[in-house]
Amino acid sequence: MFSLEGITTAVQDWLFIKFNPTLALAMECIIVILLAITLFAGLGLVLVLMERKVAARIQIRLGPNRVGPGGMFQTVADTLKLIMKEGLTPDSADKFLFNLAPFIVMMVAMLLLAPIAFAKNFQIWDINIGVLYISAISSLSVIGILMAGWASNNKYSLLGAMRSGAQIVSYELSAGLAVLTIVVLTGSLQLSEIIAAQQNGWWIFKGHIPAVIAFVIFIIAVTAETNRAPFDLAEAESELTAGFHTEYSGMKFALFFLAEYINIFIVCAIGATLFLGGWMPLHIGSWEAFNHIMDYIPSSVWFMGKTFFLIFVIMWFRWTFPRLRIDQLLNLEWKYLLPISLLNLLLVAVIAILGWHF
Amino acid sequence: MSNEEIKEIISSTLPSATYDETGEWLNIAIDSKDWKKIATECRNGVLKMDFLFCLTCIDWKSHLTMLYHLTSTKLRHNIVVKANLDPAIAEIESVCAIWRTAEFHEREVFEMFGVNFLNHPDLRKLILEDDFKGFPLRKDFEDPINMIKL
Amino acid sequence: MYNQTEIIKDTTNLGPEGELIINMGPQHPATHGVLHLVVTLNGETIKKIEPHLGYIHRSIEKMCESLTYRQFIYVTSRMDYLSSHINNLGCALLIEKGMQIEVPERAKYIRVILSELTRIASHELWLGAMAMDLGAFTPFFYTFREREMITEIMEETCGARLTMNYIVPGGLMYDIHPDFQKKVKAFIKQFKEKVTEFEDLVTNNIIFQSRTKGIGILTAEDAISFGCTGPVARASGVSCDIRKLYPYDVYDKVEFDEVIETAGDSFARYIVRVKEMNQSIRIIEQLIDCIPEGDFVGKTKNVLKLPKGEFYTRVETARGELGVFVVSEGGANPYRIKFRSPGFSNLSALNHMAAGSKIGDLMATMGTLDLVIPDIDR
Repeated sequence: MFSLEGITTAVQDWLFIKFNPTLALAMECIIVILLAITLFAGLGLVLVLMERKVAARIQIRLGPNRVGPGGMFQTVADTLKLIMKEGLTPDSADKFLFNLAPFIVMMVAMLLLAPIAFAKNFQIWDINIGVLYISAISSLSVIGILMAGWASNNKYSLLGAMRSGAQIVSYELSAGLAVLTIVVLTGSLQLSEIIAAQQNGWWIFKGHIPAVIAFVIFIIAVTAETNRAPFDLAEAESELTAGFHTEYSGMKFALFFLAEYINIFIVCAIGATLFLGGWMPLHIGSWEAFNHIMDYIPSSVWFMGKTFFLIFVIMWFRWTFPRLRIDQLLNLEWKYLLPISLLNLLLVAVIAILGWHF
Repeated sequence: MSNEEIKEIISSTLPSATYDETGEWLNIAIDSKDWKKIATECRNGVLKMDFLFCLTCIDWKSHLTMLYHLTSTKLRHNIVVKANLDPAIAEIESVCAIWRTAEFHEREVFEMFGVNFLNHPDLRKLILEDDFKGFPLRKDFEDPINMIKL
Repeated sequence: MYNQTEIIKDTTNLGPEGELIINMGPQHPATHGVLHLVVTLNGETIKKIEPHLGYIHRSIEKMCESLTYRQFIYVTSRMDYLSSHINNLGCALLIEKGMQIEVPERAKYIRVILSELTRIASHELWLGAMAMDLGAFTPFFYTFREREMITEIMEETCGARLTMNYIVPGGLMYDIHPDFQKKVKAFIKQFKEKVTEFEDLVTNNIIFQSRTKGIGILTAEDAISFGCTGPVARASGVSCDIRKLYPYDVYDKVEFDEVIETAGDSFARYIVRVKEMNQSIRIIEQLIDCIPEGDFVGKTKNVLKLPKGEFYTRVETARGELGVFVVSEGGANPYRIKFRSPGFSNLSALNHMAAGSKIGDLMATMGTLDLVIPDIDR
């Protein structure tokens, strides 16, 4: 059957036959980089359009509908416009850090792509500490945001960056603990093994209530980590104009904007992988016929379907809830989510040791 | 409270006050030096005038008149207190400490009419630019660029 | 208001250690216009708010001194543009009171119906904008759906959507559109169906409640002392509805409740406005079917001349008590006009209400004050 796995294997085999191993590896790297950049551009365009369409649907209006059929090329037009805009740097800004910050944020988003399994055996780097890698790298994006806020020499930016720092560092904990529950259940940090463990059912179904709790906490925490409403305090429009990226314009702003959507995609992909079985089709215990039918749907469709469902949920949050205040945000994390996640982890450990899960 | 009763109370504090009942409400004309005393009496005395709902000034060319529209949210009677000022040395006691709404209204009158409010906590221009010259709502104000004479 | 060199000088002098001064406005998404607040912060906590006004100051009071009594009414539409009809009504009432002009019953009824429609439109816009200040974008579109119906009714009858200029001294400029009653009834029907949507989306939302309850508290004494009127004062438990206290036009013939809450916080101000919309609907329902037949304008002279003296009227706009004070010398122009605008007094309480709270709370407090900047600057 035609699959992404077949293509990658064929390409690899061909490269290793034609060239020596070092050169072949180098060429593979180039291909991966090109694919990643294409995916980024494509995702950016699709997600921004999706956000606008979802928002329009929720807000009883039509959304973009002029450029291309049904407004499909609206984001392309927007990107062209942003590329042509002048990228201003304020006079009193720290020019080096100011220009570096968007690239840091973007690079972090790109690095996170490495261990994600897009389809069956279609993964850039199946690192054996995948989950740890993701937790470690995703915390780095706060450096880019702090850098942007500080280097802009703007009080709004600074306030936004400080808020963002406090917020991301706090919510890392909950997100990390929520991820740990699945690690405890699986007994592995490798993403391919976590997916393989969900062969007979996704963790959200198999892991009893603790897995559901962990899933809810994970979704809340990643919404906060990606600075999305109702936790978008770092760029709280009505309070801080645009928060940490107030001074950015043109493509530098576009990079921040793109990184936000890529980050959403990545955290949703991770959520889908850990809790909803990644590319694994919906399998129910020993219903052979049902499982067989489900296997006919390609694994990449399963993965994208789950990821985009989670993205839709996060967008739904944004267009429904008002924003929290900074102290309420931190209260929610330190007083409620963190103790609950800790207890939850304990519960999961007990379940895992006693083998109560399916 | 009827106008007669109000008059009686005001007169007991300030015998020199004069009254005018031709308008909708009782007008009390006082000397600008006595204003603080009357204001305190109106606010804290039996009149319970706790609501200063309008504070303004009129330029009569020969003199300025400060107007204070007072009402009581409990007894529902209105009075208007008037004090004449000399345009050259327009000075009157501030009532910010008695009705806090006066702070903004007095700043507005200060910049528009050039009335100096004594003991105002923060007497600066509120609406106009800091370096604006002249008092726009006075009748002798001329601005050949922005004003169109009809 | 500083000139350019002063701004640069100011940033080098940052004040005491740990203080951060930010200029909120004149261009800022939350100030809804050109309000300039100089906010002194200690971290996220507000220490002091100092409003700088005048960015949209047109000196309407001076302008009116050179206009006739027929003309000056229409300048007031540009003050509080969201309740322009009620501003016009206030001025017309003053002239009618001063000259003892008889207003036909029909005109009175229509004036009150339109005033209440204006009030609903204003509150709807406020509701959406305030929710947007708190970060919820969606309610804005839901409130604008109903507001659109009102503006369409206005457009059909008055010829304009926002600054209607429908009132002349002695009545109305022209008669209502034949479809007016039908459309208003259709609006009432839709409003009653859809008002629950706001309740679901905003009022019962736990984040919204935690953002507004106990925030920006104004006690009844302070509300009176700061000269607050309208929903702001009524949320603090002060009875100050001019429609009840000093009824004008046909307000004494209709039944409605003065909405009073006692908490004095942002949530109370929100509730007061939402309930007020329902009371406005109640007033319209009582009047819409019994608009009397007859003239829509009384007999007036061509040139209006107010007798010598001082005149004061007050009307209840969507934001509170609008006072119109006219000094007449007996001529065709007013000698001095003073507009006591509700926003100006309400704004003066902002520092008192928001000092000590967080920046996020400032949005809730400022949002529920319902500031319209041209109304403050005049």
